Amino acid sequence: MGIHDQSYRRYVGPRTEPGAAWSVIAWSGIRALLARRIFLVVLLFAWSQFVVRAVLLYLSANFPSMELIAPSVQTFRDFFDQQSFFVFVVTVYAGAGLIANDRRANALQIYLAKPLTRAEYVAGKAGVLVAFLLLVTWVPAMLLLVLQAMFAGNLTFVRENLFLLPAMTVFAMLEVLAASFAMLALSSLSTSARFAGMLYAGAILFTTAIFQTVRGVTGSSAASWISLSANLAQVGDVIFGVAPRHDTPWGISLLIVVGLIGASLAVLGWRVRGVEVVT
Amino acid sequence: MTAADPAPDPGPVARLDEVTVTYGRQAALRGVTAEFAAGAVGLLGPNGAGKSTLLKALLGFVRPDAGTLRALGFDVARQPLAVRARIGYMPESDAHIPGLNAVSFVAYCGQLAGLPRAPAVQRAHEVLQYVGLGEERYRLVDTYSTGMKQRIKLAQALVHDPDLLCLDEPTNGMDPRGRDEMLALVRDLAYRKDVNVIVSSHLLPDVEATCEHVLVMHQGSLVAAGPIAELKGPGRRAFELRIKGDAIRFAEELREAGADCHDDGTGVLRVLVGENRGARDLFALAATRGVQVRHLRPSVPTLEDVFAQAIGETDA
Repeated sequence: MGIHDQSYRRYVGPRTEPGAAWSVIAWSGIRALLARRIFLVVLLFAWSQFVVRAVLLYLSANFPSMELIAPSVQTFRDFFDQQSFFVFVVTVYAGAGLIANDRRANALQIYLAKPLTRAEYVAGKAGVLVAFLLLVTWVPAMLLLVLQAMFAGNLTFVRENLFLLPAMTVFAMLEVLAASFAMLALSSLSTSARFAGMLYAGAILFTTAIFQTVRGVTGSSAASWISLSANLAQVGDVIFGVAPRHDTPWGISLLIVVGLIGASLAVLGWRVRGVEVVT
Repeated sequence: MTAADPAPDPGPVARLDEVTVTYGRQAALRGVTAEFAAGAVGLLGPNGAGKSTLLKALLGFVRPDAGTLRALGFDVARQPLAVRARIGYMPESDAHIPGLNAVSFVAYCGQLAGLPRAPAVQRAHEVLQYVGLGEERYRLVDTYSTGMKQRIKLAQALVHDPDLLCLDEPTNGMDPRGRDEMLALVRDLAYRKDVNVIVSSHLLPDVEATCEHVLVMHQGSLVAAGPIAELKGPGRRAFELRIKGDAIRFAEELREAGADCHDDGTGVLRVLVGENRGARDLFALAATRGVQVRHLRPSVPTLEDVFAQAIGETDA
């Protein structure tokens, strides 16, 4: 009887075509985060608002005296507004180390020596963040809409506010993409996840603080374009069809958000390379 | 084809044609034209010679300013993914994917290279066993020693069964025993497992122990290439020579007399002469120049002689 050869063997099995490596990266990142208890607790807290609003929807649908809390477009706009805190927390916790840790361990040359492009690598890393951010924004918002119809026993609210479906999708995507790519770009600039997280938190909090200071001095919110989160809020108001909260034209706010995404992609294109060239 | 027919020439596994790579104003490769034969090829040169840049250009990490590269029949510029699917790369620097144990890391690399998950995990176990990390495969890679990290870099380069393995300084930081084991693995892959290997190193013994062919690089240029046995010069004879007097001048006189000569750095001259010349000729030349020979020992031509000669000719 032959002895099993534990030596190196040539591989003759199936291979997947290039182009799917981004999903391998994304799944690996998602699994790694789900294995962390602290992150699961963060996700649990992120869904607490959903639970409260679901209860309110139930009460308003079943008790006529609760008309005061009946759902409206503003309800869903407010939901996204309040979830922005968890978007911030999840972005920093899950995103800060996505590229910084790879840079610290020189992993980029391992990744890019495989049959995958730099765009695929970025897409895989972005996929991790996008998945979790949608999980705390778009997914609970959509579920709330479904619950509203179920509790009310009719589709009247949904039919009257059908635009909420694309509005919630577009705003969630804009918010999630802006946060994801900005965080990834900052993560690619450093070999320290902590430093990248502090950079992101600093950028969000510092710009908001400046805006609030200017607002306090001038009494006008025309300088809201300074703040990244105020720009998103302004664009969000327009997308949901509610009155814009700031004096900055929404077009400028949109331009800044889109510009932020574009600048982040440019940084990623510059920093994500198999070889670091110092000239 | 009959048994008497010669085996078909597999052709070069990689070919560079007038490749120039610059980093800013610094030229890392200067119009390099070279072929890597099938089997094991050593890429030899001092630090900064352009060896790593050449490997990175083969992988498509750096885009040449001029020239073309082909690997395994593919144009690197046009089909980089097809090339990388068939190449395994072991980088020089410490590199791993953080937060994973060895099996997860190697399997993950297999999946990135196109293997489905189950075969990738199976291959990960096999190659970790092969490179000698079988007992440590569930340990976090971050906690590995330098020698173990060298082995796991080889494992991740092997997991998708490449046709060409590019090893950049594979024995960096390894203890003597680990180094011998690594070189034995490289030899096994090249000569028993039919994996083409490029060994980039500044350590001549590593290349001599593993390769039949060598490319010698210096200051971004190719200064010598071919089978090591041929480059050593069949029939040439080598001597170690120590003299009393002006060694530099006598070395020049030896060169004028048709011998290859270089100082090994300890005051001993290594002299290479043609097959019909010998110790008597060296004594005769020393006598005519009034030089006293203190030590003369026959030796054999080594890769170091090839290297020193190639580098010396370029510098001259």
